[in-house]
Parts: sequence; C-alpha cells; structure tokens
Amino acid sequence: MSDSFLNPMVPQPYRVRRKLREMQDVVTLELEPTAPDGEVALSFAPGQFNMLYAFGAGEVPISISGDPAPKRALAHTVRDVGAVTGAIARLRRGDVLGLRGPFGSTWPVENALGNDVVLVAGGIGLAPLRPAIYWLMAHRERYGRLILLYGSRSSQEMLYPRELRRWRSRSGLEVEMAVDRGTEEWRGHVGVVTKLISRTSLDPLNTVAMVCGPEVMMRFAVQELQNQGLVPERIFISVERNMKCAIGTCGHCQFGAAFVCKDGPVFRYDRIQFFFNKREV
Amino acid sequence: MQIRTLEGVLVQHPFFQGLDPQYVELIAGCGANARFNAGEVIFREGESADRFYIIRRGRVSLEVFIPERGSMMMETLDEGDVLGWSWLFPPYRWQFDARALELTRVIAMDGQCLRGKCEEDPRLGYELTKRFAQIMVGRLQAARIRLLDLYNPNPADTG
Amino acid sequence: MLKTCEIDALEGLFIELKGRGFSLLGPTVRDGAIAYDVIYSPSELPIGWTDEQDGGTYRLHKRKDEARFGYAVGPHSWKKYLLPPMVRLWRASREGKGFNVEEESAAAPKQAFIGVRSCELHAIAIQDKVLSQGSHADPIYQARRERIFIVAINCAQAAGTCFCVSMNTGPKATFGYDLVLTEIIEKGRHYFVIEEGTDLGRDVLEHVPHREATVDDAKAVDRVVATTAGQMGRTLDTNGIKELLYENYEHPRWEEVATRCLTCANCTMVCPTCFCTTVEDSADLTGNHAERHRRWDSCFTLDFSYLHGGSVRTSAKSRYRQWMTHKLATWIDQFGTSGCVGCGRCITWCPVAIDITEEVTAIRENAQSRGPKTE
Repeated sequence: MSDSFLNPMVPQPYRVRRKLREMQDVVTLELEPTAPDGEVALSFAPGQFNMLYAFGAGEVPISISGDPAPKRALAHTVRDVGAVTGAIARLRRGDVLGLRGPFGSTWPVENALGNDVVLVAGGIGLAPLRPAIYWLMAHRERYGRLILLYGSRSSQEMLYPRELRRWRSRSGLEVEMAVDRGTEEWRGHVGVVTKLISRTSLDPLNTVAMVCGPEVMMRFAVQELQNQGLVPERIFISVERNMKCAIGTCGHCQFGAAFVCKDGPVFRYDRIQFFFNKREV
Repeated sequence: MQIRTLEGVLVQHPFFQGLDPQYVELIAGCGANARFNAGEVIFREGESADRFYIIRRGRVSLEVFIPERGSMMMETLDEGDVLGWSWLFPPYRWQFDARALELTRVIAMDGQCLRGKCEEDPRLGYELTKRFAQIMVGRLQAARIRLLDLYNPNPADTG
Repeated sequence: MLKTCEIDALEGLFIELKGRGFSLLGPTVRDGAIAYDVIYSPSELPIGWTDEQDGGTYRLHKRKDEARFGYAVGPHSWKKYLLPPMVRLWRASREGKGFNVEEESAAAPKQAFIGVRSCELHAIAIQDKVLSQGSHADPIYQARRERIFIVAINCAQAAGTCFCVSMNTGPKATFGYDLVLTEIIEKGRHYFVIEEGTDLGRDVLEHVPHREATVDDAKAVDRVVATTAGQMGRTLDTNGIKELLYENYEHPRWEEVATRCLTCANCTMVCPTCFCTTVEDSADLTGNHAERHRRWDSCFTLDFSYLHGGSVRTSAKSRYRQWMTHKLATWIDQFGTSGCVGCGRCITWCPVAIDITEEVTAIRENAQSRGPKTE
C-alpha cells in the first residue's frame, strides 16, 4: 500500500473483516483495505507494526500478528488497556479504522536459515512472534529445530490456544508452555518460562533466539539464554516505547541512541544491551 | 545389583555432580526406586518429611489445599528435578502436597537415614546442604518473578 | 566576493526581498526581549539595543551606538518557523462506516530570515539531518525549508551564556546562507560588509546599492569575529564527551541537578535543535469530524515516555539526564554531530539557572571509567 508513504502521517481506511475474541480483554482483528479497487492489504515482514487509528480517539502502535504470506488476512491482536485500544477492541465486523504502516525492524527469520530457532514468548508477547512462527513453519525444511516456549498467567489467559495445540501436534514445532498459576484442568508446567529455557537443551552455536514479552520477562529470559551459552548476537528481543509519529521524527520512542520505531522494535540484543540494562532510560 | 544401578543413575545426575564418589555410594545406599501412578499422592502437607525424590520420569505437581477452592497447583516438577527439601530442615514436615500428574518414576532417598549420616559427617552435610540451597535459590527466584504477575494487564492489581 | 553597503541599504534589501514575495522575519523588541517576528522595515530592528545574559538572566540595555544587530540570541529560534509549534496535519470526516482524509496543503509561505547567527545556521543544518534527511522526511519542514532566504549576520558581540567557540559553530558564519552581513562600527564609520552565499543571494544583492570591499574591510570583519570569539561567556570541553556521558549514567551529579530542575521544559522550548513533537487527535462534538495536529512536545514531561500503566522516565533525574545525554551524546550516534550549538539559550532561560556547561564539568570530575558500579 505504497500510497500511505506519500504522506506517512495520513491513515488509510481499513475495514474489520473478522473479529476474534482471544481473552476477556484481548481481540484479534483481521483487516482489509476499503479501497474500491479491492487492493490486497499491505505486505509486511514478521516483527513489524502498524499505527492503528480509532476515528477521533487516537492512534496506537500494534504489532501485526498474522501470517506474512501474500493474500493472508492482515491481523492485529489488541489488548484493551486505555481509551484508544478500548475503542479499537470494541470495533465490530464492518467497522473502519485508520492504518499507517508497516513500520519497524523485523525478526531475523532469513538470517536464521540453517539454524535452530527458539522463540520465547510471555503473555501477549506471543502476538508479535506469531508472524515469525508462520514464516518458519512455511519454510520448515530450511531450519533445524523450531521451538516455542510460551509463558502465560494461566491456562485461561493464553493466546491462540487452538493454534498452539495444532502447532504442537505437527512434528514441525516443539511447543512447551508454562503458566504462573495452575488450575485444575491444567496438566502442563506450572512455573516460569525461564525454566523452560534451561530445560530445553539448546545447541548454542547454532541457535537463534527471538524473545517477546514484558520487559522484566525478557530480561530474565535473555539472562537464561546466555546461561545456556547463547551469545548476545544470537538473541533478538522486541521492545516497546511510547510512539507518536512512528517515523523517527517526534522523538518519543527513543531508547538510548535508538529510535524504537525505526531501529526497532526488534533489536539484536548486543546492539541494545548497553541501554537495556539501565533504568529509566 | 539394584544399589549399583542406582549409583550409576545418581552419578549421572547434575545434582550430584562433583560429589565425592564415596558419598554417592552412601546416598545410593539410602535410595530405592519407586513409582507413582497418575493422580497418586506422593506426600501430604503436615506429614513427617523423611524422604526426598529424584524424578526420573513423569511430572509432579506441588499443591496446597485451600478450603472452598480445592487443591491449587503451585509448581510442577519434571524429569531430572529434585523433589523435597523439608527432610533436611526442622520441623521436618512437608509444607505442601505432592501429587503425580502422570505415571512417575522416582528414586526415593531415605532422608531420616541421611540426616543421621550428615550429623556424623559434617562434610557430607555441607555438600548436601549446598546443593539443596542452590535448588531453593532457583525456586525462590522463580516464585518471586511469578509474584510480580508480569502478564497481568492491570499493574494496579498486583500493587 | 566581499562587498560593502551603507546602513540604509538595508532598506533596499528589505524592499527587494518583499518585492520577490518574501515575508520578512527578524529580530525586534517585544515584551522586554529581542524576539523573532514579522518585520516590514529595518526601523523595526532592535536599533541601539543590547542584551545582558547569564544563568536565568536576560535583560535589555540601551547601547551607546545605533547598532542594528548589537546583541546575541533571544528566546526564539528559527525552528519557530521551520517546525511550527502547532500545525494541523489533516482533517477527516466520517463517510458511511469509513472516513475521508483531507490533508493540509503542503504549500509553505516564502520567508526570509533576517539576522541568522552562525550557531543558528548550524542548528538549522542539524534539524535538516533529523527532519529532512531520514527515511521519512517531514513534508512540512521540507516545504518551508526549501523556500527560505537567509540573511545571516556575523555576531559582533557574544552574550554571557554563549559558547559557540567550544562547539565549533561560530562565531563566523561559514555556510548555509544566501547573504551574510557583518556590521562594522569603528573609527566613526557604521556600515555592513556583505558576502553572497548562493546565486539567489548574489541576484538579490545586485539590486541593493553596494561597493566592492577593500582589504581593510576584510580585516574589519576579522576583527569583529575575533572580538566576539574572545568574549565567550562559557566553555564546554567536548573531548570524548560521548563516552564520558555513556559511562556515567549513574553519576551522583544527576541526583544533584534533579534537586534543582523543575522539569519546566523551558530549555527544550528555546533550544534551536530540540525537535520533539507530539500528535494530537481530536474530534468535534458530533464525532463525525476529526483532526490531527502536531505540536511541540518536551522530553521533560511525565507523559512523554508513558507506556501502559506508567512512564519509563518518572523521576526528574531521568528526564534531565535524558535531555542532556541526548543533546550531547546519543545525538552523535543518531545523526553524526552534536545536538548542541552553544547558543546558551538553555542557560539563560532556565528559571533556576542550570548550566549545561557546568553540568558537563561536574560530571568530568569524579567521572566513572568503564566498568559496572557495584550496588
């Protein structure tokens, strides 16, 4: 959708084609352009985000959570945490929102060719990783082991449970899940996702790790990955910061010397390590 | 025959790494294979803690029973994990329930016997205490992180 | 090619520029300060005025002569015109389930900046890097930038908070202007030496009465520049400053400055290179018409780094540190130059007189060298 770059501050109207409720406060919206010539929705790479505009209310950065393959639905998983995300989460099928994008850096799915890939997701952090999972599964034969380690609050508060089961049942993706709180019917791990890392014997010289979740969780996950022998150059994280323009001119998303909207949100850990471990930066 | 097999297993286990072979033999002498079927209770809160277990296969849940809510799962342990440290510290009573979630095979170590041996030989005591302390550090750290409730979208809740 | 012209030739210059469709923006006395505003005639310049500046201090005084440009910089900078404080980006109205966006026209006024200092030329060049040379150029900045005509001036005196010499940004204007003037007041004479910087500048100058400059005129310019360079009110040691600040994020000085900083954001408002903006979406009461505006913002506000549930930089310490380390250190990694041009405005206009040059000196003392601080 290159038109949006004529002026990158102008949102394009997109219609909600489908709405799925993931959790009580989380929905996934599948979007299509409203342009009458029925153009295919924009193409993107895993890890990128769009600025979604709720008419009159405001705009927020939301990672694209769908399949990056051509002609697949353009999906965003949104959690209702405020005025704008609330307005977006309350949209119904047929409603229209504004979209600017895609912006940002991408998960290194191509650089990781030939390697084992371990994806570590926490809570809603599975959403920005899902496009990478689709990609990796679509090019399965070009990778070694594919492992997803997913930590969530409880089994009721997990994203994409049916897809997780489907992925797990295929031989392509090893899936291990852990919950912070156990419930009666849960038969899986109860504990922190970092424990899943230490339990998965990794081949550190041939593994690329992609981590996404709350910042504290990423901090500990990165630590554990390093304990298992991965060097910072093989670890990738996705960082969030306040964004207004998404094009590197408003200054809000700065994280040390990086602009998260264009140098990130996906960062190779060694490149952000210096500031990642500083407080209030 | 059985004892030597156990010793072989223990020697391989990371928990016993670096331990003097004579101690491994001694500990193996206090151990026996055991198995629990899915759903079977391994020990209950309040009972006398006389054992600890090396999980060889399966999954165990640590639970606490809350009236009106039933059994709440605190943590799960799997193959390779060590279960139970209350045998080593007064009042030598289990703090939680442990239950096999699936068919689980363990090596059950006689804690009461080992306690005596640790008193006699402080060096053995130190080596075991060191290793259990390490495990507890890891569990405490993980528990603290879970207390942060990082996946909760409403940070105010956890305040 | 140096030329000279008489003082009243300024009138001719103004007329020529106006005739070409430029609206003139320049210094003028307003509300007790020398501000940038629309001017129509050289008589509106701060004739015979000078400024006294120090930490948290700004006063105007009358001069003994009739200098047109006998002062340093005031609270305004040219970003007021290139990066307007408030601008509408677009309007939209609902249409069925969807909406229709009407962009603001990118047409920009033709503006002539009169009296641009060397530090300001550097500041404009720095903002060019940020706003028109990234992967997404700002069309509003771009449109204005392309149309401006710059009449620069070589400063004849420095103010108490100036440190352009330390930052290598003056006092002599060396690039980025269409014309540059140096006001010479000596030996009973009062005139301008002019140099053209572009073809357009040369063309404009053709229509203004002028003479060829002499060797003495050139020397007079050098004297003016040297005098100003020798009057710097502050100095800032830029040696290894990026590494110094990177390695001292936990320096106790940040706590100290935080006891004084009000996070009032004055420094960011007056700084000629600060570029942070925010986007505001609004709608009318019917909810059918929406607008998006862009306005200046500041990293000193609590909201600036807001992220679901709280801000990343909540303490005043972290916000002052963010501003200063961005200005002097991370800016270098981002854009290849320092973000500071040594104009001194942040020192003058800080209500509690925090002095960026003093803060750098304080951090150099007991600077930590590379290595983790044990907690």
